[in-house]
Amino acid sequence: MPNITQSTLKLTRDEAVHLLHQMWLVRFFDEKVDEFFARGLIHGTTHLCVGQEATAVGACAVLRPMDKITSTHRGHGHCIAKGADPKRMMAELFGRETGYCKGKGGSMHIADLEKGNLGANGIVGGGIPLATGAALTSKMKQLGYVVLCFFGDGAANEGSFHEGLNLASIWKLPVVFFCENNQYGMSGSVKEMFNIENIADRAKAYGIPGAVIDGNDIVQVMDTVETAVQRARDGHGPTLIEAKTYRWKGHSKSDARKYRTREEEQAWRARDPIARFRALLLEEGLLDVGTMDEIEREAAREIEDAVAYAESSPMPALESILDDVYA
Amino acid sequence: MAVMREITYQEAIREAMSQMMRESDDVFVMGEDIGVYGGAFGVTRGMIEEFGSERIRNTPISESAIAGCAVGAALTGMRPILELQFSDFITIATDQIVNQAAKLRYMFGGKAKVPMVVRTPGGSGTGAAAQHSQSLEAWMAHIPGLKVVQPSTAYDAKGLLKAAVDDDNPVIFYEHKLLYRTKCHVPESLYSIPLGQADVKREGKDVTVVATSIMVHKALEAARLLEQDGIDVEVVDPRTLVPLDEETLVQSVKKTGRLVVVYEAVKRGGFGAEIVSVIAESEAFDYLDAPIVRLGGLPVPIPYNPELEKHAVPQVPDIVEAVKRTLAYS
Ligand SMILES: Cc1ncc(C[n+]2csc(CCOP(=O)(O)OP(=O)(O)O)c2C)c(N)n1
Ligand SMILES: [Mg+2]
Repeated sequence: MPNITQSTLKLTRDEAVHLLHQMWLVRFFDEKVDEFFARGLIHGTTHLCVGQEATAVGACAVLRPMDKITSTHRGHGHCIAKGADPKRMMAELFGRETGYCKGKGGSMHIADLEKGNLGANGIVGGGIPLATGAALTSKMKQLGYVVLCFFGDGAANEGSFHEGLNLASIWKLPVVFFCENNQYGMSGSVKEMFNIENIADRAKAYGIPGAVIDGNDIVQVMDTVETAVQRARDGHGPTLIEAKTYRWKGHSKSDARKYRTREEEQAWRARDPIARFRALLLEEGLLDVGTMDEIEREAAREIEDAVAYAESSPMPALESILDDVYA
Repeated sequence: MAVMREITYQEAIREAMSQMMRESDDVFVMGEDIGVYGGAFGVTRGMIEEFGSERIRNTPISESAIAGCAVGAALTGMRPILELQFSDFITIATDQIVNQAAKLRYMFGGKAKVPMVVRTPGGSGTGAAAQHSQSLEAWMAHIPGLKVVQPSTAYDAKGLLKAAVDDDNPVIFYEHKLLYRTKCHVPESLYSIPLGQADVKREGKDVTVVATSIMVHKALEAARLLEQDGIDVEVVDPRTLVPLDEETLVQSVKKTGRLVVVYEAVKRGGFGAEIVSVIAESEAFDYLDAPIVRLGGLPVPIPYNPELEKHAVPQVPDIVEAVKRTLAYS
């Protein structure tokens, strides 16, 4: 797979606005959730993707509306990027009836089937075989859609990774396996948990293309995923993409981050995917600072609206507890 | 007189593991994030500092491999303790536990033994929703070759873990997330509580409540409330499901003549059904003055919303009501 760099930027102004807006939505959504957890306003747990906005937004940006994704426990970004309404996402985190899962799923299970999001997943690696199966439907019914499967570095060490990728590759299914390598599972670093440099090197084992990219560079993410999606749509089967990135926050709400240094965190914060994209847009003359600031403010307002919507939404009725166990 | 030392359930488990590891080089711990992170619930905190990464083995996220690795190590002379981060993930480890660990000895004609312990937190109440809140102990209790433990107090946790590690069979040791911070008196020195010995947590003469894990505490709270109405409840904690101390259960029911069984797992097919059967098939059946009442979780995945989540499993008022119901029967 060619290593595409930022020089191939071919965005229109509208696309640039859309992407930047989405990246800010993702960031503000998760920062808001972080704040609510700290204040004890949301229960359960959550996994934030602050710092990983370029992978979620970039990968979903090159999909068609009919394409599908499978997501992970760290899935708010994927969900927003695939077109979900932050209002209904926030309502779900507040456990409200208006949430995507009627308050029954919470952060780890948000699914937006209408927009092609087959769900976050509380089981690490759980989405990989599901993506394979969704791609099988596309192939058997000749529906033409591609499935983009998000998973983490940690998930690549589950048996479901090996079994899912092998199956997808022998059946040449239209699926793109997109590993967000944020350097850690909960605490286990990739250095400790892998005996290879790049997870995408495993692509060889399945006879499929592999690509290692800078996951904090949204243009590179888009270009690479676009090529892989095209390949899948053309019937040539899966690709394994590994995007190197970093989660800025702890793994979940309770994490003292003892397994990594503050210096390392600072170094990655300096590679902020949003700041980099802004700089690029400015350099290319696509958007000016004033416009970009306004995009940021607009996203912040939308998240405030989402909070207001969530807070004013009703709780599910106790009687609803028995609903939806069976179809 | 010295004050009785109190420590938490979580500390008691850590203390038991540490003391056993100091005594025997064969004992070691494997699991996800059990190193500097200290485990998802902090149980192994500080252990890697004392024992190093050879014996506190931080693993990849590979439940099947680590369960099987424990089986293989146990088969060849080690005594592994596997920390399975959430008991829900036993689904991924089940092949190695059920098809390998449980059966090797029997299949090999008694030539092998698999002395391993799977420590794993179960239960709801933390808002972690359907894939992180289940109580699947009945699955494991169904499998010949496995032993199943469910400690409800810090004291029991320490003594039962010692017995589990000393046992030459695979033991599934179910901890409960909401119990980790509960405290009680725990002796500093290492002690063993034999597997298969129930504990009468509260003596009473009117009704027997058999409860497991966190439900022991809810039953005790219900008993305190019922006492105000002059109702004397006996609370029995089986502590181990396999082997099950049938004798203590039978004696208690013979004494009180009434039985309420409470467990958090989905009621249908849950281990409480086994307890009820044991009584129904025993001489205690003749002593029953009222139909048995069984309280368990609703037949739903655990919902996220906190009110729904509470509603999904038995609570103290449900136990109070159930006890009154059996007493009202004549
Ligand atoms: C089967 C399974 N094992 C363990 C866990 C607990 N757990 C949740 S997220 C996580 C780390 C996942 O790491 P990675 O796949 O790299 O995703 P990241 O959290 O870095 O986004 C772990 C161990 C789980 N949810 N499911
Ligand atoms: Mg990761």
